[in-house]
Amino acid sequence: MSATLFGYRRPDGKVGVRNHVVVLPVDDLSNAVCENVARVVPGVLALPHHYGRLQYGEDLELTFRTLIGNGANPNVAAVVVVGIEPNWTQRVAEGIAGTGKPVEAYSIERFGDLQVLAAAARTAQRMLQDASERPREPIERRELVISIKCGESDTTTGLGSCPTVAQVVDRHVQEGGTVIFGETSELTGGEHLIAGRCQTEEVRRKFQDFYDRYLAEIEASGANLLGSQPTQGNIRGGLSTIEEKALGNIAKTGTVPVVDALAMAEAPTRPGLNFMDSSSAAAEFITLMGAAGAVLHLFPTGQGNIVGNPVVPVIKITANPLTARTMAEHVDLDVSGLLWGEYSLAEAGERLMALIGRVANGRLTCAEALGHREFVLTKLYRSA
Amino acid sequence: MGMSPAGAESRDEVQAGPAAPHFLVHNEGDHVAVAVQDVKPGTARITYLDSQRTAEVAVREDVPLGHKVALVDLPAGVEVIEYGVVIGRTRQAIGKGQWVHVHNLRSARWEKSA
Repeated sequence: MSATLFGYRRPDGKVGVRNHVVVLPVDDLSNAVCENVARVVPGVLALPHHYGRLQYGEDLELTFRTLIGNGANPNVAAVVVVGIEPNWTQRVAEGIAGTGKPVEAYSIERFGDLQVLAAAARTAQRMLQDASERPREPIERRELVISIKCGESDTTTGLGSCPTVAQVVDRHVQEGGTVIFGETSELTGGEHLIAGRCQTEEVRRKFQDFYDRYLAEIEASGANLLGSQPTQGNIRGGLSTIEEKALGNIAKTGTVPVVDALAMAEAPTRPGLNFMDSSSAAAEFITLMGAAGAVLHLFPTGQGNIVGNPVVPVIKITANPLTARTMAEHVDLDVSGLLWGEYSLAEAGERLMALIGRVANGRLTCAEALGHREFVLTKLYRSA
Repeated sequence: MGMSPAGAESRDEVQAGPAAPHFLVHNEGDHVAVAVQDVKPGTARITYLDSQRTAEVAVREDVPLGHKVALVDLPAGVEVIEYGVVIGRTRQAIGKGQWVHVHNLRSARWEKSA
């Protein structure tokens, strides 16, 4: 019944909905060259970020997974990797090259910014021209890896926008698709509901371990979290406690079982609803989803979170009539009529399904059109 | 803070059509209902999302869009139910029809987050 979708099939068989040529810095020092490449070759996408130096252990591994995963993302056609020194640069480039897509790497030591700029820009130009003649081809909707996370939630999120997303989650999973959710600490008060939906005892144990570890970390801080979790915006919108926020959050995960519990930036291997251990901060979260291979993100918002991501198109859905009216340029789908019984949840779900098809086929989201490209690495601890 | 470039925050009252509910309740048995428009004191219409049952509640103070009203009298220090699940504990007694928020409800889980 659904309209035909057209996407980009990559050499590894995965399907994307955008065709970016990315210029990826391995570290903070390489941002300048990467951004300059994007200046002289407009149309390529630089992904500047703040880290990549003197990191070690699990924190370093997470940075590598995040950079490699975003380069490997099916929304990316080809990648130019730039780092200060050759070893880590090569490691990131090789990680991405495993997908079979074109990857070239440049390191700055012994050459300097200007020589690297000239070489990297020539490569980026060629990649951009090559990518520009790659046609979209018919794809199945179930081939799209979709991620979900809400932000600046309020009580309308739990009443309208999250249940609308739940309609899509259930249908997408029943068709054989993959969905990723997370926000570990924002399950507090409803974590037993997620644990109860884990498909096997092994998955349940993995989920519970992630949850217990994250909560121990937060509680060890001894901080008063009111105002941070829930946020000032959450409170203004009527949410009173973390538990109430969590239950609205969980309302978007639908009814299907949880098939796996993933580490940060880990790609899902099982179709179905996957949990990922993750911060609930929007930009960090969606960056982790891009690393895991999500090609579309559904973002219910109450008070109006405006986040976007350079690699993963973010579709905003709100059920708050005030937000829909005062922040219309950020809202891809207004389902505030649900609050007043103007249409059914099933109908809202159909509207979101139709919009997903249009965005998959190339329609720009509000965040894309407004230039929101928040790319934020999750940092686990201080660098050495 | 919170001002539009014109100098005034865009915050009109949100009022739905005459047939729309004032409050929605997630589950039968919940202690609170959520305002889906800005509600003034008086008799208000509520709809239960799980059963589709409708009812009325006498509202005793202003409840803005998205905020909660108590559907039952709640003594101090008791668990409050929404979505059929505990969402926190009362800081003080809350009467039926009163606004429920951070001033009279706190997390039952994050003990330091008062």
